Amino acid sequence: MQKDITNEILELIRRTSSSLPKDVEDRLRASIEKEEPGSAARGALETILKNIELSRANSTPICQDTGTPIFYVHHPEGWSTRKLKEQIRTAMAEATKRSYMRPNAVDAIYDKNSGNNLGGDEFPSIHFEEVDADQPLVIELMLKGGGCENVGRQYSLPDNSLGAGRDLAGVRKVVLDAVQKAQGQGCAPGILGVSIGGDRGSSYIKSKEVLFEKMGTRNADPEIAKLEERLTNEANQLGIGPMGFGGKTTVLDTKITGMHRLPASYFVTVSYMCWAYRRRKMTVKGNEVEYD
Amino acid sequence: MRELSIPISDESIRSLHIGEPVTLSGVMMTGRDAVHKWMSETFIKKTRPPQGDDLQVYEEIKKILNQGVLYHCGPVVSGVATREYKFVAAGPTTSTREEPYQADVMKHFNIKGVIGKGGMGAKTLQGCVDTPGVYFHAVGGAAAYLAQTVQKVLGVYKLEEFGVPEAMWVIEVKDFPVVVTMDAHGQSKHSALDEESKKVLDELLAQPYK
Repeated sequence: MQKDITNEILELIRRTSSSLPKDVEDRLRASIEKEEPGSAARGALETILKNIELSRANSTPICQDTGTPIFYVHHPEGWSTRKLKEQIRTAMAEATKRSYMRPNAVDAIYDKNSGNNLGGDEFPSIHFEEVDADQPLVIELMLKGGGCENVGRQYSLPDNSLGAGRDLAGVRKVVLDAVQKAQGQGCAPGILGVSIGGDRGSSYIKSKEVLFEKMGTRNADPEIAKLEERLTNEANQLGIGPMGFGGKTTVLDTKITGMHRLPASYFVTVSYMCWAYRRRKMTVKGNEVEYD
Repeated sequence: MRELSIPISDESIRSLHIGEPVTLSGVMMTGRDAVHKWMSETFIKKTRPPQGDDLQVYEEIKKILNQGVLYHCGPVVSGVATREYKFVAAGPTTSTREEPYQADVMKHFNIKGVIGKGGMGAKTLQGCVDTPGVYFHAVGGAAAYLAQTVQKVLGVYKLEEFGVPEAMWVIEVKDFPVVVTMDAHGQSKHSALDEESKKVLDELLAQPYK
């Protein structure tokens, strides 16, 4: 019999909403030293760090926009995805009741908030992937806020206005353009998820998937890895700074991934993640549950 | 850091310039989409006759907003059922949605400061010059920390009509951190940074890839 893990998923949601991952916090902490003492940029980072400590201690949401909940479930062969989905949805409604989550699902046609973060089949967003029967069950959760989602962009290359062709040089140009256009509106400093290729839909999904990786994880291809580092450095030359107050810290990290594309299409998609980069993972092996 | 108490004088407002970090202490009021629409239609453009307790609320908020501060915020509030209100999460919301109303609202109520995030447009900037007033940018996402600067919830207007996030919450804050990003001299940090970063972008795009 498959175990009911509703309570364990509820705990995953609580941790994700109220406790920022350590690798993200470390990056934010390190960036403080780059900003001038007494500057607006430094003040913003200091406030952000105080906020991270406070929400963790009190189990309150880091940000009142608790975002789109995006689940990736890697389930061993034999697990019922129908039951897992039910448990995730039950946990999400309970998390809303306990104020770990703000009611955030609004029917777009009738403009009505469902009140419990459940809406149709798409909210929360759940992806299932089957693994071998002897593997543990792994559930990853990301909460992506609306402010940063609104500044995400997709480009169809060539983009003549930017002089961006269908190669990595073109990719570099459009990614920098996306950061400049976002200014501080995506709650900078941000993290960039970039996907090259695919169709419009798959490219957007992939640009978010790559954000599940830890800060500083580089693409296996050395040339792409180099471009990731370069884009972070160049984006930080734009001077936008935390919250768009001006400063050196605009982007904390860049992650690029590639997909196959049609000969006719060349999409580059940039998903912008705000500093409140909420992602957590739980691993279930037998009776043991580990949170990461 | 500069400390300002609310109410704020015109003289203090004119001494503020973009880029300056400030802390605010005193009584302020929250208001977002429903509030701006209601203020504009009922009391400024007068396209809708006052209903229910509208006139009574108007008289009371006039006193709070005169030389006061309006905060674009939809808070998470506990104790709603027992009226023992406490702010749990109270970060700024995106301000541009109020761009059609903001300048008129500032002038009508003599509001000295509008707090939000993301900045506002040309009409509001002109409103800052005319009133005079400023736009204060709070740290987006810092909802737990900003809620902690709220010492006391003094009252709430239109709670039933507008709902918790949209109601007008009157709060007493201490050392609420903000940055002036639009001032009474017609300067906007947002448009300045947009232009400066565009120049850097153009330089970067002109560089060869290899």
